[in-house]
Amino acid sequence: MSAPPPHPDTAALDRRDLAWYVDKLVAVLVFVGGVSAVVFIVGIFAFVTHEGWGFVSEHFSLRGFFGSIRWAPTSTSNPTYGALALIAGTASVTGLAMLVAVPFSLGAAIYIAEFATGRTREVLKVLVEMLAAIPSVVWGFIGLSVMNPLIIDVFNVPIGLCVLNSGLILGLMAAPIMTTIAEDALKAVPDTYREAAEALGATRWQVTRRVVLPAARQGLLAAVLLGVGRGFGETMAVLMASGHAINLPTSPFDSVRALTATIAAELGETAVGSTHYQALFALGIFLFVVTFVINLSADLIVRGIRKT
Amino acid sequence: MSDAEIAVRDLTIRYGQHVALKGASFEVRPHEIFGIIGPANSGKTSFLKVLNRMDTFTAGMHFEGQVEVGGRDVRAWRNLYALRRQIGVVFPLPVGLPLSVYDNVAFAPRLAGVRAKADLNVIVEGCLRRAALWDEVKDRLNALGSLLSGGQQQRLTIARALSQKPRILLLDEFSIAVDPVTTMRIEAVLSELKAEMTIVLVTNLVQQARRLADRTAFFLMGECVTVAPTEQFFLRDADLDPRARDYVEGRFG
Ligand SMILES: Nc1ncnc2c1ncn2[C@@H]1O[C@H](COP(=O)(O)OP(=O)(O)OP(=O)(O)O)[C@@H](O)[C@H]1O
Ligand SMILES: [Mg+2]
Repeated sequence: MSAPPPHPDTAALDRRDLAWYVDKLVAVLVFVGGVSAVVFIVGIFAFVTHEGWGFVSEHFSLRGFFGSIRWAPTSTSNPTYGALALIAGTASVTGLAMLVAVPFSLGAAIYIAEFATGRTREVLKVLVEMLAAIPSVVWGFIGLSVMNPLIIDVFNVPIGLCVLNSGLILGLMAAPIMTTIAEDALKAVPDTYREAAEALGATRWQVTRRVVLPAARQGLLAAVLLGVGRGFGETMAVLMASGHAINLPTSPFDSVRALTATIAAELGETAVGSTHYQALFALGIFLFVVTFVINLSADLIVRGIRKT
Repeated sequence: MSDAEIAVRDLTIRYGQHVALKGASFEVRPHEIFGIIGPANSGKTSFLKVLNRMDTFTAGMHFEGQVEVGGRDVRAWRNLYALRRQIGVVFPLPVGLPLSVYDNVAFAPRLAGVRAKADLNVIVEGCLRRAALWDEVKDRLNALGSLLSGGQQQRLTIARALSQKPRILLLDEFSIAVDPVTTMRIEAVLSELKAEMTIVLVTNLVQQARRLADRTAFFLMGECVTVAPTEQFFLRDADLDPRARDYVEGRFG
């Protein structure tokens, strides 16, 4: 057999061509994009910490901050900075909101992604996306002028600006976004899984519960987290619907004040660098840390689930 | 430098701790059809993945030893994508790109800079004919590739693999979803393609290796047991590893 010539062309073919350089360039650009997001986050965190640090190092004590409900920064004789009531306000409103939003949004997402067909599905999706675009001031307005008198009438209480009101408003507000994200997560599960399971005689709900939901759990968790983050960080609607009264809530009809609303309402009236100003930034640090911890632990939980 | 098209020396492939192929050494000659047979789980697909460096997609996949393609270590290529353009791959299950039939086949030529519609038409028709698909799809070239039948999609991926005129064609159980008549037509095409390229054919059908392969390797449990001219596997008195003989005669696996 006549030996074919040894490969004269491989070296010539192994050139870095334009496509190769473009690929590397794009890799650098997206890297810069990714890193800059991190830089911004770190930068904001550094700024907030810097502004609030004076308070943390001079006036902060665990009992004074987390153990006291007296938030009286403007008192001339004895200013106090107890954040417990504000934390409880945010926590109660967010908690109630999630109680409302999680079942509604997961239900809606499962209906749209798994059960609805054709026209219904398309119309619902558009409607949900429109709901997600309603500005929070409008929700706050509904809380103030619709829910408030409604709660007063139905429950026969003196004031309707309370945990119940703002929790419901916040839940309704977060639900559309959570629905959209959750539905995307469900849609990302390949149809071949559904086909394989349905071919085994599984009902639609059995397929959803045993195949689709487990496969989509990460995306679903992301949806819930986004909702929690939304609830935690929402300011305007909560400011308008919660009553904005410093209070450790004992019933859903108590007025409360949220962390974010406090910052929004007071920051404009403080002198830059004053203790009050720094204390507001300390609240900001706290918000930051809590959000971070929630996201981190959710991430760890998901990793744990994935292993088993 | 040997004149082997593919030279494998002491190749060990691992997924994490798990060894999928241990210490394989053999050569694939230019313009031959090199068959690889062996029971499931023996490392056949893993070997193909190393040839065009698909290990870069698979977390935990590593290999040691040397693998040369065209006299050049696959790890020494400065432009990995240029290596991949030399190698056409057909996977066991058809993987249609989410494009029309025409665009599936024109994808790689377009990346390579072929713009003129007339040139693309020639390439697309030629590749589809070779994959024995042209007559069935010539009237629906603009339909989505994923709407073809399973066997047609498989032939579409063969046409696509041929579209960049590879010097090496890797076929991993290509006939798994193709009917026997069409399989025969594609096999005839492969015998012709030998003149233009080197073909590595992983197959579960011993008879397919017998019909097509010039030489055949027998893999078993991560070991390359034998490499021999294919007819040796079927000669009564050939000096063949007993495990390979048992396999081709259907006594296990
Ligand atoms: N992505 C992966 N991650 C971990 N292990 C893998 C992976 N792919 C393959 N393996 C392991 O490598 C070994 C060899 O697999 P390979 O797919 O190469 O076998 P094969 O010979 O092609 O089998 P078959 O004939 O069934 O296709 C198996 O034990 C398999 O579990
Ligand atoms: Mg395989």
